[in-house]
Amino acid sequence: MKEIKIKTRNLSLYYGSKMALNSITMEIPQKQVTALIGPSGCGKSTFLRTLNRMNDLIPGVKITGEILVDGFNIYNKNVDAVSLRKNVGMVFQKSNPFAKSIFENVAYGPKINGIHDHKRLKEIVEISLQRAAIWEEVKDRLHDSALGLSGGQQQRLCIARTLAVDPEIILMDEPASALDPLSTSKIEELIFSLKENYTIIIVTHNMQQAARVSDNTAFFYLGELIEYGKTKKIFTIPDKKQTEDYITGRFG
Amino acid sequence: MMGATGLSVVIIIAVIVIMLVVIIIGGKDTISWKFLTTFPQDGMTKGGIFPALYGTALMVIIMSVAAVPFGAITALYLTEYAKESSWIAKTVQFAVRTLSMVPSIIFGLFGLGFFIKFVGGGIDKIFSGGQLIWAQPNILWASLTMALLTLPVVIVSVEESIRAVPRDLRDASLALGATKWQTIRKVVIPGARSGILTGTILAVSRGAGEVAPILFTGAAYYLATLPHSLSDQFMSLGYHIYIMSTQSVNVDQTLPIQFATTMVLLLLTFTLNFVAVLLRSRLRRAQ
Repeated sequence: MKEIKIKTRNLSLYYGSKMALNSITMEIPQKQVTALIGPSGCGKSTFLRTLNRMNDLIPGVKITGEILVDGFNIYNKNVDAVSLRKNVGMVFQKSNPFAKSIFENVAYGPKINGIHDHKRLKEIVEISLQRAAIWEEVKDRLHDSALGLSGGQQQRLCIARTLAVDPEIILMDEPASALDPLSTSKIEELIFSLKENYTIIIVTHNMQQAARVSDNTAFFYLGELIEYGKTKKIFTIPDKKQTEDYITGRFG
Repeated sequence: MMGATGLSVVIIIAVIVIMLVVIIIGGKDTISWKFLTTFPQDGMTKGGIFPALYGTALMVIIMSVAAVPFGAITALYLTEYAKESSWIAKTVQFAVRTLSMVPSIIFGLFGLGFFIKFVGGGIDKIFSGGQLIWAQPNILWASLTMALLTLPVVIVSVEESIRAVPRDLRDASLALGATKWQTIRKVVIPGARSGILTGTILAVSRGAGEVAPILFTGAAYYLATLPHSLSDQFMSLGYHIYIMSTQSVNVDQTLPIQFATTMVLLLLTFTLNFVAVLLRSRLRRAQ
């Protein structure tokens, strides 16, 4: 068993008085891909967003329990959500490049972290784009607008942008749901290669995708963690009836 | 019903056309490069309108310097910091809406009472030992009064454009470890740039044409020299038309000058509004 990177203990989340996550306890291993699956509104995206404290920004959200990253509770008063997010990157469902050049998109994170040396920035941008498997496609037009890229390229650019901050954990919220099959497979290959260096947690609606890319799978339903284990096991001999019904497409 | 709507359309178009035709016919022989670049002559019955043009331009520049940053910061507060349901946000929103409904002459009176008597009087009492410098109408007080009048235009326009910056982009920035302020500075404000510009242009176009707010606060009947200090009075296009048509030594003789000045003012505000509309539609398309 690999080392544990993230551990949640009795994590509950409320939107006002409505409970969205009910006492989630799970351990996410380092440098593996963990998929979160479940029908819409089951809490998987909400759970993902608690890991980099993006839910903090929504008024009326209350969180109880704890999340330990490398043993430290990220909801501790002393932890700054801003510096946490440098360590826990996020890729969104809809690719969201800034209306800036490709170079400036990737350099954005390093720049706000105080790196202004142009040579250093160039290195970071190149390495990040290479890791995100998009360098070859954009190396000759780094100073063109990022908005001119195709949807799949934009999403890989967003991944490069996340990598440029040098996080240890990458959260992905349905990163390929808006893409065509070819772009999707490129993203999946990328995820596979990234797990060598990063701990990846991915929310997906696509069962095949979860089965293809992940090492572990967690099935959420109505704010509860129904079942969590090795992807192979979850997709072949799940313990719970609900999990089986969902995976075989009987509901959701 | 068709008849009634058709008639209203015809009336509206007719009013505009008649207005433009009358103004153009009346002013076309007078307007020239020389008209725009020379001082009035012979008790303002001849000559150009340069000081009025210059004064209006200077006034709207000072006004923008005051109104745009202040309005943009207010809009930023309303959109990014204030909780929409908080009493302070509601109060500010209410104040902005009310401000935009106040008749312009009231701004003029306020400027007289507040800027000239209170602020100017205070400055003179403290710094110049009672000598009259700031406690009288000047271009600074007139511009600030006009800034108050145009503030709602700036606020609403900037607010609109800030709200139009997609949530996605803010999230992307925050998720990269940017602080809220970094996100505002690097993502929100650049995204709202054209809205800020539109607001500025609309404010300038509104401010350039208003007369009432500067009536008591800084506009002069005639000045032989251009204003060269903030404590100088100034001539303005709108006010120039007003005095030419009501207080000239020979109103009939100055008619062509009035028409030509009106043409200049109209052209100025039309152009500015047109640019604002263009910018705004580009902004909408960009979304």
